[in-house]
Amino acid sequence: MRERLSRLLLNVFAAVIAAAFAAGITSIILAVRGDSPTFVISQMWTYGTTPSSELTILNSATVYYLSAIAVAIGFRMNLFNIGVDGQYRLAAMLAAAFGGAVSLPNGVRQVAIILVAMLVGASWAGLVALLKVTRGVSEVISTIMLNFIATGLIAYLMRPSILGRRSAVANDVTTTPIPKSGQVGGLDLIPKAGGKVYGLIVLAVIVGVLFHVVVNRTRFGFDLRATGQSASAAAASGVNVKKMIVATLLLSGACAGLVGMPALLGDSHAYSSITFQTGLGFTGIAIALLGRNNPVGIAFAAILWAFLDQSAQILDLNGIPKEIVQITQGVVVLSVVVAYELVRRWALAHQQRVVGGALAPPSDPAAATPAQVTA
Amino acid sequence: MMNLRSKRTRIAVAGLAVLAMTLSACSSSKNNSSGGGGGGTGSTPAKKTVKVGLAYDVGGRGDKSFNDLAAAGLEKAKADLNIQTKELSAVQGESDQQKADRLTLLATAGYNPIVAIGFAYAGSLAKVAPKFPNIHFGIIDDNSSKLPNVEGLVFAENESSFLVGVAAAQATKKKNVGFIGGVQTPLIQKFQAGYAAGVKAVDPSIKVQVAYISQAPDFSGFNDPAKAKVIAEGMYDGGADVVYHAAGGSGSGLFQAAAAKKALAIGVDSDQYQTATADQKPYILTSALKGVDTAVDNFIKDDAAGKFKAGSVRFDLKAGGVGYATSNPIIDPYKAKIEDFKAKIIAGTITVPTTP
Repeated sequence: MRERLSRLLLNVFAAVIAAAFAAGITSIILAVRGDSPTFVISQMWTYGTTPSSELTILNSATVYYLSAIAVAIGFRMNLFNIGVDGQYRLAAMLAAAFGGAVSLPNGVRQVAIILVAMLVGASWAGLVALLKVTRGVSEVISTIMLNFIATGLIAYLMRPSILGRRSAVANDVTTTPIPKSGQVGGLDLIPKAGGKVYGLIVLAVIVGVLFHVVVNRTRFGFDLRATGQSASAAAASGVNVKKMIVATLLLSGACAGLVGMPALLGDSHAYSSITFQTGLGFTGIAIALLGRNNPVGIAFAAILWAFLDQSAQILDLNGIPKEIVQITQGVVVLSVVVAYELVRRWALAHQQRVVGGALAPPSDPAAATPAQVTA
Repeated sequence: MMNLRSKRTRIAVAGLAVLAMTLSACSSSKNNSSGGGGGGTGSTPAKKTVKVGLAYDVGGRGDKSFNDLAAAGLEKAKADLNIQTKELSAVQGESDQQKADRLTLLATAGYNPIVAIGFAYAGSLAKVAPKFPNIHFGIIDDNSSKLPNVEGLVFAENESSFLVGVAAAQATKKKNVGFIGGVQTPLIQKFQAGYAAGVKAVDPSIKVQVAYISQAPDFSGFNDPAKAKVIAEGMYDGGADVVYHAAGGSGSGLFQAAAAKKALAIGVDSDQYQTATADQKPYILTSALKGVDTAVDNFIKDDAAGKFKAGSVRFDLKAGGVGYATSNPIIDPYKAKIEDFKAKIIAGTITVPTTP
C-alpha cells in the first residue's frame, strides 16, 4: 500500500516537473519575443477560468477524454491505433445518418445511435486487426491508410444523392438532422456559463471507470497488459495473442466511435463534412501519452489540454500569437515522457537498493565474507 | 521575426487593398452612392471612430486568398473611418463552440460591428448573436440567419464564373477547357456550374474538364499548389488550353503549369494577374472577381452611417459585387461578347445555374 502511494506520488511529481518545464520553455520563447510571461499566464488564467470558458473546456475535455481512452486501450497492449481519427469520423457520419433516418422512441433512439457508432468504429478498427492477424501488416501503417480511406468514403457517402442533404446554411451539406427525440440534452453544471455541458459527459465517466475495471481487475485486462509487456512471454503462458489483438482493436475502435457522439447528439444534431470537428484522434494520442494511459491521468491531461486550447484564445486579442500554446502542448508531451522515464529509473534503482538491503544478511562481516568467497 | 513577417504581410495587404480599390472602381461606384456615408460628405475632416472585430476562417490574414480579400476590405474602410480593429483567426479542426467563443470574445471586448469571414461561422453566429442584441454582425457567404442583428453577405460566384467561361470559350483553340476546384463543396460547385454554363453558352461543343483537388472533409485542396499543378498539367496534356481555378491558395500551382505549358489560366477572387510572377503574367487571361473586399468595406461603412440592415445582401453582377478582370490586354478581343452576356445576365434574360 505504502509502495503504491509512493509510486503515485512519484508520477504526480514527474507530471508537475514536466508541466513546469513546458511552462519554462514557453516563458523563454515569450521573453525572447518581448512579451511578459507573467502577463500572458495571468491573462490566460483569467480568461480560462471564466464560466463560459469553463464550459468550453469541460466539453472539449469530454471529447478529448474519449479519444484518449480509445488510444490508451491500444497503447496498453503496445498497439498503436493511429486510426482513431478515421474511426470516429466515419462512425459519427454513419451514426448521424442512421439517427436521422430511423424513427425510434425517445431513449431507444439515442442508445441505438451510440451503438451504431460503436459498431462502425469497431468495424473500421476490425479491418486493421484482420490485416495484422492474417497478413502481419503493422497497425501503424494500416490505421494511417484507413484514415485517408475514411475521408474518401465520407466524401462519397455525403454526396447529395446518397446520404447528404443541402442544409439550411446555404453552403453546407449535412446528414438529415436528428430530431429532438434523438438528442441528448445538456447539463447545467456551470452557472452563468450561457450554455450547457454535454449530457454525454456521463458516458465519458462511465467509459473511464470501465477502462479501469477491465484493464486492472479482469483476466482479459491482465492478458492485455501481459501481452503489451511481452507478447512472446504472454504466448508462452497460454495467452492467445492473435485473439487479444483482435479484441483490443475492436474495443479501441468501439471507444473511438463514441468520440463524435457528445457533439453530434448534444450540439450539431447532424454530421457536416464541412463543420464537424476533425483531428480529435491525433489530439487523443498526445493526451493518452500525457496521461500515461491511466484513466485518471488522462482526465487531468484532457482538462489541461482543453484549458490551454481555450485560454489561448485571449492572446490574439492582446497581439500575442495563440500558436504559442501549441509549443507548450508539444513540450509538455515530450517532457512528460522523459520525466516518467527518469522517475521510473530512479524508482527501479531505489527498489533495488531497498530489496538488496532487505535480503542482505545481518551485518556480520565475518559471516558474509566466506559466503562470498565460496560463491 | 514575427514582427518583420507581419509587417511584410501588412505591406502586401495594403498593396492588395490599393489594387482592389482601383480594380473595383467601376463595381463600387454604385455602392458608394448608397453607402459612402463618410466618403460622400468628404469635406468634413473628422472621421468617425469605430471598433471593428473580424473573425477570420482558418488561415487568417496572409493566406493570399479569401481572408486577405476581407482584410483588404477592412483596409479600404480605414480610408474613410477611424477604425480600431481586432482580428482573430480560426485554427484547423476546432469545434463550433470555439468559434462561438471567438465571436463572444470580440463582442464582450466591445467590438461593434463584427464580421465573420466564411460560412463556417454560421452555426456559431446563430448561437452568439441573440446574446448581444445591440451588436451588429456580418457574415460572408451565408444568408441563413433571420436574426435582427445579423446581415448575410452573399455573392453570385456563378455569374462571374459564367463570364470567365465566356472568355475561356472564345480563347480556346482546341475546343477544350478545364476547371480545377479546391474542395468539392456546394460553394465551389457554384463556380463550376457558372463556368461550364458560360462556356456552353458560347459553343456547346467545347469540352469542359472538371477536377477537384480534395473532397470535404479534407480541406487540403485550398492550399495544395503541388497537386493543383499536377492536375493542371494533366488537363493541358489532355487537350485543354484554358484552365480556370477556384482553389484559393492552390491556384499558384495552376499558374506554374500554365507558364510551363505556355497555355492560358484564369484566376479567382482577386485579380491574380496583378499578384502573379512576371513569367506567369502573360498566361493569366482574366480572373473571376469576388468582391469580398467591397462587401466588408460597405458593411463597415454602412453600419457606421447607421444604415445596418438585417437580412442579407446579394453581391451579383447587377450590384457590381462580382465581375471579371481586364488588366491583361489579351482579354480585349473577347470583351465585347463578355459584356454582351453580362448585360443579358443583368437584364435577367439569362439565369446562371448554381449547381452543376
